[in-house]
Amino acid sequence: MSSREKILPLLRENARYSTEDLARQTGLDAEEVEATIHELEADGVVRGYRAIVDRNQIDPERVRASVELNVTLDRETGYEDIAQRLAKFPEVEGLRLVSGDYDFAMDVEGDSMSEVSNFISEQVAPVPEITKTVTHYIMETYKEGGVEFEDGDDDDRLSVSP
Amino acid sequence: MSFEESERLETVPPSGIRRYFELAEEQDDIISLGVGEPDFAPPWAARDAAISSLERGQTSYTPNRGLRELREEIVAHAREQYALDYDADEEVLVTAGASEAVDLAFRAFHDPGDTVAVAQPSYLSYVPAARLAGADVLDVQTRPEDEFKLTRDVLEASGAAEADTLVLCYPNNPTGATMTREELEPVAEFVREHDLRVFADEIYAALSYEHDHTSIATLPGMRERTVVFNGFSKAYAMTGLRLGYALAPPEAIESMNRIHQYTMLSAPTTAQHAAIEALRSCDDEVAEMREQYDRRRNFVLSRFEEMGIDCFPASGAFYVFPECPWDDSDAFAEALIEEEGVAVVPGHVFGAGGEGHLRVTYATGLGDLKEALARIESFID
Repeated sequence: MSSREKILPLLRENARYSTEDLARQTGLDAEEVEATIHELEADGVVRGYRAIVDRNQIDPERVRASVELNVTLDRETGYEDIAQRLAKFPEVEGLRLVSGDYDFAMDVEGDSMSEVSNFISEQVAPVPEITKTVTHYIMETYKEGGVEFEDGDDDDRLSVSP
Repeated sequence: MSFEESERLETVPPSGIRRYFELAEEQDDIISLGVGEPDFAPPWAARDAAISSLERGQTSYTPNRGLRELREEIVAHAREQYALDYDADEEVLVTAGASEAVDLAFRAFHDPGDTVAVAQPSYLSYVPAARLAGADVLDVQTRPEDEFKLTRDVLEASGAAEADTLVLCYPNNPTGATMTREELEPVAEFVREHDLRVFADEIYAALSYEHDHTSIATLPGMRERTVVFNGFSKAYAMTGLRLGYALAPPEAIESMNRIHQYTMLSAPTTAQHAAIEALRSCDDEVAEMREQYDRRRNFVLSRFEEMGIDCFPASGAFYVFPECPWDDSDAFAEALIEEEGVAVVPGHVFGAGGEGHLRVTYATGLGDLKEALARIESFID
């Protein structure tokens, strides 16, 4: 297994593992760990690090929506062009080209439902290639980035057993 | 009338682990590295299969030997993973945990005066189960300098040549030791020379980190004299579902089943449905758990090395077996629980040769593992 293959799953599991703890878990030395992470970043494999936050606890008013977008393409405009334009909006948290009934799945975040609505109707819908938008407001998050938000995941094992 | 214990039961002392359990239960902020089971939940597909079977009302007894579908999956799995070749009709017995299978084997094949040689340190049930079956127990003490592998020297020195049965468990609880095919060969040779039967507890077979697991039953001339025990508790994290099995020649399974049919009738039905699915579709989850254990193993071994605690590089199960920093491992374990809220188990609980060591389980999330080891470090400073 290459050092990349050893390090990457651990960073994806918990980006806050210290260099020392990464070294201890993988059997690599600390310098190798640092060099591997640096390489992963330089090559654009690792694009960033961020916390997985239960947003409901810090700002319950803030809303997120997932938006379906249908587009039409022409000789001058491809998916990439439209995507680049949409990705520039700070309100857009995530953007993916998808298979199925619509073309793009876009995650949008705003301080209120009206803010998100305004953003869609005033900034997104008028983009000439966009033919249709469907906005789904997120009501509740149960799992994010692989982390379940439910409580009560206590260890119910006997504290000492054979 | 009195409830005076039978002479047989009197040969079996209360479990040495109980005391540490009670001490640990008294503490609030305890991190336990004293458990003998995974911290994962069973793969969802297996749990879902159990739920579906309940919804369908599949709660009757099964055939004594277990659902045929399950036995077929077991033999297919054993063939694919370990090159073990058994017949689903005649050579498999599904039991309530591997522990039941071990108990059946002791009772089926021993008379008073027979000798059972038990490679130790080992899981603490073999000795009581052998004594309850009326057999005498011979301690075969593996050595730290051999990294707790069973060697021909140790077998010879302990007088195992005169025994009827040899019990071994690799990957090992409590030491985390494993044995390669080459290391098993001299053991097999000794066993053939002295015509012993072998009980091979391979419950941790899926958790071997440095090399593929070899079952001693796959060595020449061994299949006919070996009972292999395995189950779903460790690899599939299904401890509480209580499901194991034995693989052995037809006459051995027939004998064990004769006890099983009267004492257990059949293994838990719901668990059997979960197990079928586990074998069919949960290889990826098992691999993922193994990877996690392996990282934690590396982590724990590195930390002990940093602390200057001598610990051989255990390569299987989810235990390491460091030397105890104090002479008295009981006192150490007790003080560690009381002062630092960390539970480990003194090695002597696991029989001959365990004294002077501690069993440390790494079937615990890395956060807790890290905290527990930091507490151990500050405790020994």
